[in-house]
Amino acid sequence: MSKTVKLRKGLDIRLVGVANKVKTDSKVPSHVSVKPTDFHGTTPKMMVKEGDLVKAGDIIFYNKYNDKIKFATPVNGKVEEIVRGAKRKILEVKISCDSDQTLPTKGKVDYASMSREDLMSEIQNAGLWPFVKQRPLDIIASPDNSPKAIFISAFDSSPLAPDFDYVLHGKNEEFQTGLDVLQKLTDGKVNLGLNGKTLSDSTFSEAKGVVINKFIGKHPAGNVGTQIHHIDPVNKGEFVWTLNAADVAIIGRYFLKGSYDVKRTIALTGSEVKDPHYVDVIPGACVSNLLEGQLLSENVRVISGNVLTGDKIEKDGTLGFYHNQITVIPEGNQLKFVLTKGWMGPGFDKFSNSRLFPTFLSKTKQFKLDTNTNGEERAFVVTGELEKVFPFDILPMHLAKAAITDDIDGMENLGIYEVAPEDFALCEYVCTSKIDIQDKIRTGLDLIASECM
Amino acid sequence: MKFLENIVHKMEPKFAKGSKLEKWHPVFESFSTLAFTPNIVTKKGSHIRDGVDLKRTMMTVIIALIPCLLFGIYNAGHWEMVAETGNRDLVFWADQGAKIMAGLAIVLPLIVVSYGVGLTVEFIFGIIKGHSLHEGFLVSGMLIPLVMPADVPLWMVAVATVFAVVIGKEIFGGTGMNIVNVALTARAFLFFAYPTSMSGDKVWMAGQEANVDGFTGSTALGDLASFMSDKPVFENLDAYTNSYSFYDSMIGMIPGSIGETSVIAILIGAAILLVTGVGSFRIMASFFLGGYLMGLGLNAVGGNAFLDLPAHFHLAIGGFAFGAVFMATDPVTAAQTANGKIIYGLFGGIIAVLIRVLNPAYPEGVMLAILFMNIMAPIIDHYVVQGNIKRRLKRLKTA
Repeated sequence: MSKTVKLRKGLDIRLVGVANKVKTDSKVPSHVSVKPTDFHGTTPKMMVKEGDLVKAGDIIFYNKYNDKIKFATPVNGKVEEIVRGAKRKILEVKISCDSDQTLPTKGKVDYASMSREDLMSEIQNAGLWPFVKQRPLDIIASPDNSPKAIFISAFDSSPLAPDFDYVLHGKNEEFQTGLDVLQKLTDGKVNLGLNGKTLSDSTFSEAKGVVINKFIGKHPAGNVGTQIHHIDPVNKGEFVWTLNAADVAIIGRYFLKGSYDVKRTIALTGSEVKDPHYVDVIPGACVSNLLEGQLLSENVRVISGNVLTGDKIEKDGTLGFYHNQITVIPEGNQLKFVLTKGWMGPGFDKFSNSRLFPTFLSKTKQFKLDTNTNGEERAFVVTGELEKVFPFDILPMHLAKAAITDDIDGMENLGIYEVAPEDFALCEYVCTSKIDIQDKIRTGLDLIASECM
Repeated sequence: MKFLENIVHKMEPKFAKGSKLEKWHPVFESFSTLAFTPNIVTKKGSHIRDGVDLKRTMMTVIIALIPCLLFGIYNAGHWEMVAETGNRDLVFWADQGAKIMAGLAIVLPLIVVSYGVGLTVEFIFGIIKGHSLHEGFLVSGMLIPLVMPADVPLWMVAVATVFAVVIGKEIFGGTGMNIVNVALTARAFLFFAYPTSMSGDKVWMAGQEANVDGFTGSTALGDLASFMSDKPVFENLDAYTNSYSFYDSMIGMIPGSIGETSVIAILIGAAILLVTGVGSFRIMASFFLGGYLMGLGLNAVGGNAFLDLPAHFHLAIGGFAFGAVFMATDPVTAAQTANGKIIYGLFGGIIAVLIRVLNPAYPEGVMLAILFMNIMAPIIDHYVVQGNIKRRLKRLKTA
């Protein structure tokens, strides 16, 4: 049943600053933040007040519109502040960390004898449910649906992405337990997508009870959306659940140890990092002590996640819930003279999917790209460029246009149920007209969520 | 460049919102972004963006047009000399200096008028709508002179440019929104509004007024079209090919619109567009293929010298190659889907040759064929998109 899929379309953006395979542990951060904004479509209902003491694994808020979706604090500490934005929207829950971070442990959880319902509520009460996302819509899965399949990508192909073979090396038991738990949640198959270009770690290649598929190609071969499309595409009315491989191991760890231990290995990457490496961090942890002494310059952008889909954070911001890397790249807020570094320059420092810069001749050179848009926003003019990096049987430009014009029928017909904003990240990158396509797709998905789901 | 940068920084507040010159901000923005890629950083989504922008893309097209422009200047100079002396057998590669000067005197004013008038209109619309100059006209402004006959009056070019920019583009919303090719709109406007200045025997060479009687300045295509009438210029096809060989047409040593005659120069441009990926190979290849197939089809019918003209001649004479490489490939007005582009190009080529041969009123069919296919492109795309939708619906049924 396992398949090997070769993808011709895509683009590997070669950036400077790949993490060296050296792992350090991080100090206990001063504070962590759980940000409801990390969970698209979630309206938080608070369970704690400012000043409350919490232990790791305690539920601090849940989704107002589905109380089964609960969110836990990853550390022992005190609720320092509930930061609110416009219209009193909750932006983050700041929790200061105790010096004692011994995790409350209740011992091995016997999942094998549990029914699906019990297992579901076990996961939900443990605060692990947010790791399970769904297609369509790319939001936290609704526990009320039963998915036709579960998809896990065992590699991340995005720029400077952490190497899961390294990150999860030796965690065979945790990962396998996670898979076994997930298998009990669906009548369908659990699909594991491996990188066909390299030899995968035994954590993945020896996984049992799952369908192993291999994907050979450039980014976005490692995106779970691409893998779903080529194995078992989502049609209207169907649901597929997706998880990040590292999060599967976290779920497994809970069932092995009985504690909410979400510490994960992330990659500290990017051209402005002195010594790119791997580090163990708690999601939501303040990144300031990770970046201490690591920044090569002042005018930088710190990104939680990768350069294509990550979130901009401050130098003392916090790591996102789903993110497995921190990327630091130069800010591009300078004018660039036309003939030297601007639009008519020789362009030896520019990376492009088009062949308008001489750098297309090199297949190995790594680039130090900044956050400049390299041009102003325009109407769609150039055609065919999005298609080159979009390995779906979907017309990306037409779907984007349908999303921009709020054309619900058009979006449904053109395949909105199959895609997530991250699938369009490369389209957004290559777009000559500098249109924020991911944002448009997200708006389109929100419209679909309110009108059709 | 610190000096220029300081000027930009100094000027910026003067055009900022709420200040006196606010209205002129689009003009300021246009010039400052011409000199400097702006310091806009990504806000949402992808934090890095491709190095390419519309300015560079359009500039590449202009660079690809330079061989045609240079050859066009020389060719215009040559045929002016021919017309003035009345000697059609004038050696092409002689008297270069004089020809280049004469050619420049013809072509430069056309370019100045086209850009001057077109950019003025663009800036007016930019100021009204509050956006900076969009790059589309940079290419259109170069294409318009290249598709004009050498002897066209400058005021006509100005009127045509205004018409093309306003009616062809701005009323639809500007660059990226237009339905038909802007440069061809200009040409079509003149073609129908002032037919005597756009076709016939008198317009292709400058300096015919001073000419001896009996001299005709017709184009190769015009002479061929006469085969379809009662009074052909040449007795038979051999007589024609003696006068205009395939080699002449390839090099471009024939009268015609300024930029269209040299297939070699056009192919250099095509190579630039294809290597950089700016031009669509699908459209170019299928356009040539369509023309060639139609030529073969007409040969099979046969009957007179024009119908019997070897199919490869069709690709080399008139505006066929120029249209295929620079006009049909305009991404805004062409079909946008991969398969749609092939159909679009194929029919463009077929219809171009069809009109050229079978419609005696319009000896050049390429312009009309491309405009027609511009109108048809959304329909072609519609069916390609429907095909994609059906294919994915079928997946649901079989599953």
